[in-house]
Amino acid sequence: MTLMTKFMGAAATLALTAGAALAEPALIFDLGGKFDKSFNEAAFNGAQRWVDETGGSFREIELQSEAQREQALRRFAEAGSNPIITMGFGMADPLATVAPDYPDIKFVAVDVTWLDVPNIRQIGFAEHEGSYLVGMMAGMASKSNTVGFIGGMDIPLIRHFGCGYAQGVKAVNPDATVVANMTGTTPAAWNDPVKGSELTKAQISQGADVVYSAAGGTGVGVLQTAADEGILSIGVDSNQNYLHPGKVLTSMLKRVDVAVYDALKAGENVETGVFTLGLAEEGVGVAMDDNNASLVSNEMKTAVEEARAKIISGELEVVAYYANDSCPALDF
Amino acid sequence: MDVMPKWAEVVLVPLISLLLAAIISALIILAIGEDPIAAAKLMVEGAVGSVRGWSYTLYYATNFIFTGLAVSIAFHARMFNIGGEGQAMLGGMGVALACLYVPWPHWSIALMAAIVMAAAFGALWALIPAYLQAKRGSHIVITTIMFNFIASALLIFVINEFLKPVGSQDPSSARFAAHLDLPTLNSILSSMGIKSSKDDSVNVTFLVSLLCAFGVWLLLWRTRLGYEIRAFGHSESAAKYAGINPVKITVVAMLISGGLAGLMGINTVMGEAERLVLNSTEGAGFIGIAVALMGRSHPVGVVIAAVLFGFLYQGGAELAFWTSIPRELIVVIQALVILFTGALDNMVRMPLERIFLMVRRNKSAGDV
Repeated sequence: MTLMTKFMGAAATLALTAGAALAEPALIFDLGGKFDKSFNEAAFNGAQRWVDETGGSFREIELQSEAQREQALRRFAEAGSNPIITMGFGMADPLATVAPDYPDIKFVAVDVTWLDVPNIRQIGFAEHEGSYLVGMMAGMASKSNTVGFIGGMDIPLIRHFGCGYAQGVKAVNPDATVVANMTGTTPAAWNDPVKGSELTKAQISQGADVVYSAAGGTGVGVLQTAADEGILSIGVDSNQNYLHPGKVLTSMLKRVDVAVYDALKAGENVETGVFTLGLAEEGVGVAMDDNNASLVSNEMKTAVEEARAKIISGELEVVAYYANDSCPALDF
Repeated sequence: MDVMPKWAEVVLVPLISLLLAAIISALIILAIGEDPIAAAKLMVEGAVGSVRGWSYTLYYATNFIFTGLAVSIAFHARMFNIGGEGQAMLGGMGVALACLYVPWPHWSIALMAAIVMAAAFGALWALIPAYLQAKRGSHIVITTIMFNFIASALLIFVINEFLKPVGSQDPSSARFAAHLDLPTLNSILSSMGIKSSKDDSVNVTFLVSLLCAFGVWLLLWRTRLGYEIRAFGHSESAAKYAGINPVKITVVAMLISGGLAGLMGINTVMGEAERLVLNSTEGAGFIGIAVALMGRSHPVGVVIAAVLFGFLYQGGAELAFWTSIPRELIVVIQALVILFTGALDNMVRMPLERIFLMVRRNKSAGDV
């Protein structure tokens, strides 16, 4: 019997080590696709940086349908991928079902913070804090006292962006009007630069002279039209200041790339739990570089720095839309 | 009178079309530096080589059977219902309302209610375009496609304002009660003592879809209403002369069509996601058009074509999992199949007909 146990034990160890050797991490992109110039691409860039630095490799899939969410999780888990990184709030429900079935595998969920499963690293971003800061800049830069917000789809996440933005605008310019529009009602809204351009023109005709776009690939059209029409725009997710130097006021940074890079670097030992990356953790922020230096006054810089410090210290609280599904500064 | 025997019409033409699509797909895969034979093997094994593969293939097929039947019925009345997408969204909403707000004691009863709600919501969504077509002459193609956008706007509104649990960041309804889960292939197999993967999607809705296919056949070819629909489709003026009311047939055919598309909601909402999500239809309403074209608007053809498209979807997913073939290329492969079987049908049919004619002529010449 002892001999048998020994053999079994050896076999099990062998299986385990073999599994460990094969364990490539996996990255599951959301329906928008890997090259969406925004959220998913940021994840890909983070992963690519890890590949360049370590020479490692990872499996990846760009989801095509809702049914593939659970399927992808199970296929990669069964193939021994560890950790498995997922993008987007849409993975929350499938993760809640699948992750408990594979307790030895670590999952990393970007944009999910509300699950109660021990083997998931849940990463949320305080988008409202970053949006608040760019809102302040918009409020100060506006001469017409009207600023615009162009979202992708009317979903809670985008209201969250818009709500922080409006609070920032109102904080520095209580009389300002915030014009908010959503691009569309189908997922195509995340990649519709033409519609983004039309909405920008419509907002300009309502008097807006700064527009903030939180609409993925649609934002390319927003920034382009704003530059053509001679008003200012604000980019999102990545630093988009370089797209039209001197025309883009700033960009609201959401460091998905850093979150993915860190998770890959930690590998199987990635720490699980719920992590919210805000201004303090530099998970969100405003982009200041040579391209927008001429647009940012010293007054703006000081105001933003002060607000950042106050938000980090807790002295100033930006209301999150999620708190009670409503926004004090903007009606949707 | 027929140029080709029936078997050639039904089997040979689609088969040659598929073969052509496969050859071109293989060339494209070769062009991007991947091995087409390995890719084909991966697709076949992934889609029909295991219980898990079949499960997903049939899950997608279930969606396409419903939407394919919906488009077929409308085709028979010579209407082009391209609003299957919106009707399915509304059907899904009906299912969600039934599952969320009524404490059903058992899934089977909930399923009955879901069928009624899904069909009713889908049918009602088709009613307005149908009425506009019948009474006002507003073209059904235009109105149904516009209703797709209205449907998705309505879905976002209902989820955001009523169904989303407070504080949730995911635009979806709460999960339905666990005992309302429809039995899947896996749970049926394991209750019979066969172990299979927990990873499966096909559920009893598949059987509902097959029943619907049979029902559509009965309706079209064995009832008076079906006869009226087909007569109306062949010639409106003749149908009118025969005492068929065009307004009634237009509205009834569209109601049935919308109801069938709505039933798809059971599969995606109750069978798979177990909650109402924004993006549950995923273009199945449009794939239904290709399925109906390929299946020649006959229920048997629709079922076969739907399984083929299910195979392409699941096989495509396997390709995406294990190769570096980009997903855009998988869409290209799917599109090639649609192109050859649907749009370029005559390209295969005409030469084939010529061959059959030639053979027949030679034969009759030989007889003389």
